[in-house]
Amino acid sequence: MDSYRHSVVLDVEKCTGCTTCVRHCPTEAIRINGGHAEINTDRCIDCGECIRLCPHNAKKAMCSKFEHYLHYKWKVAMPAPALFGQFDGLDDVDVVLQALLDIGFDDVFEVAKAAEFVSAYTRMYLKTEGIKKPVISSACPVISRLISLRFPYLKDNILPLLPPMEIAAMEARRRAKEQHPELNDNEIGVFFITPCPAKVSYIRNGYGDYQSHVDVVVALNDIYFQLLGAMKNPGQSGKKTTGSESGMIGIGWASSGGESSALLNDNYLYADGIENCIQVLDSIENGNIPQIEFVELNACIGGCVGGIMTIENPFIAKTRLQTVRRYLPVSKNFVSPDQSYIPESFITDSFPSYMPLAKLSDSMAESMRMMAQIQKLRETLPGIDCGACGAPTCRAFAEDQVKGVAPPERCCVVLQQREQQKENADDSQ
Amino acid sequence: MTDSLTFHFDVDGENFVSAGQASVQVKKNLRELGFPPEIIRRVSIAMYEGEINMVIHAGGGAADVDVFEDRIVIVLSDHGPGIPDIDLAMQEGYSTATDNVRSLGFGAGMGLPNMKRYTDEMRIESKVGKGTVITMCIFV
Repeated sequence: MDSYRHSVVLDVEKCTGCTTCVRHCPTEAIRINGGHAEINTDRCIDCGECIRLCPHNAKKAMCSKFEHYLHYKWKVAMPAPALFGQFDGLDDVDVVLQALLDIGFDDVFEVAKAAEFVSAYTRMYLKTEGIKKPVISSACPVISRLISLRFPYLKDNILPLLPPMEIAAMEARRRAKEQHPELNDNEIGVFFITPCPAKVSYIRNGYGDYQSHVDVVVALNDIYFQLLGAMKNPGQSGKKTTGSESGMIGIGWASSGGESSALLNDNYLYADGIENCIQVLDSIENGNIPQIEFVELNACIGGCVGGIMTIENPFIAKTRLQTVRRYLPVSKNFVSPDQSYIPESFITDSFPSYMPLAKLSDSMAESMRMMAQIQKLRETLPGIDCGACGAPTCRAFAEDQVKGVAPPERCCVVLQQREQQKENADDSQ
Repeated sequence: MTDSLTFHFDVDGENFVSAGQASVQVKKNLRELGFPPEIIRRVSIAMYEGEINMVIHAGGGAADVDVFEDRIVIVLSDHGPGIPDIDLAMQEGYSTATDNVRSLGFGAGMGLPNMKRYTDEMRIESKVGKGTVITMCIFV
């Protein structure tokens, strides 16, 4: 992998260089340079905080347009369960599934269905002897990338199962081929409807050696209004949905705590919001958490319903999902009790090679010299972390200076002090 | 190159919320310097346990971390009550923490044993009524 292709893009015209994103980036990956934001791609974990917070809408996630991929003869929609929380008054998932067919898809494979398999196999995996506990969920791609960049020691704690989206993609393709043996592989298109940009990056880059099985990623908010229109007038396409294939568990994955509660034990921890997740990972690394079996971490507040490509506030969406889930069976997908193994195609042990985030230099002696310089320089700076220099903190600015990527004049407080000193010197003459 | 790099932290007593901040910062710094993950983890656990001890028993103190290319030395010093019987304190499960502290999930009697387990060398100097200085060393 030469370079990681991120999904966050900047509209330079709209960016005013206001520093909002700089100060909120959890990995300090953004600087203002030449009047607009610049993302350090090595550090970016695709959490989408910058897109969420940008007051000028200058940041976007790159997704594909459904209309550009109509050449696939058989198009399968894979809605993330978060989609079902976006509609006011919705009490039946089938309405949305029908609308997906009506806007042009040929089949729908719910990611929630695959999630129920992942839940069943996770319960099985947790009983395996000799595995590292707590097991950490593999579902949120931001967390997976964060662990590979910053918590490599925890890589054996990651659940070795593919995320539901990938399992859904494999199964969706398999089903399409079964139902339509006349189709060639390249005539089948599997479309993931995503609530978040990190999934886009995961699909583009894979994870370690693993390559995604999703063909096209469409943003949830990009097809939302089309769906809304189709829902008012169902059946326009002449196609008919065969109905939802997921239960409470699958749809519950849309919000934080859903994956955990599906384990049907109370030995778990779930956390959401990127800063909270980092704190939990730090605590796991220090051994400073209670004895638990499973940890579910979601970078977005509220879980996937908090993704930046959703329409509704995450808490409102979660409440709506309660209505949707109310009359559903607990699960519609089971693993036969005789089956004692997890299918090999669902398992991955792929892990990106450890790339120490922000290593100062390849030589340790040089790194130490640089850090000593940074510490010294930091003491000469005001320490108010105002961001006016384009770096998130005075510490980061000192680091940029030592790395030679930022000139000292960028600190307006230091400049002002210098002016003052000059004036005083002039006065006393 | 024999120069070392020193990080100094004041550990605030009676503040469980901020306890552990120094070890998180040290972890960040060691990562930037390019130490292997396993070394960083050991330093971070030893330091975290030490920090918590200073908060629980000594009303805070100071943590100094000296980083060399081949080793990392952590010195934790406080002006707390001191440890009357070091051998006893080193036993797993032995704790003098109050019930209040235990209800927070601390005080399991594993602090000092863990610090020893995760470091290559550990020296405790303690005077009752004066304070304690713990020096730990991890070789890279």
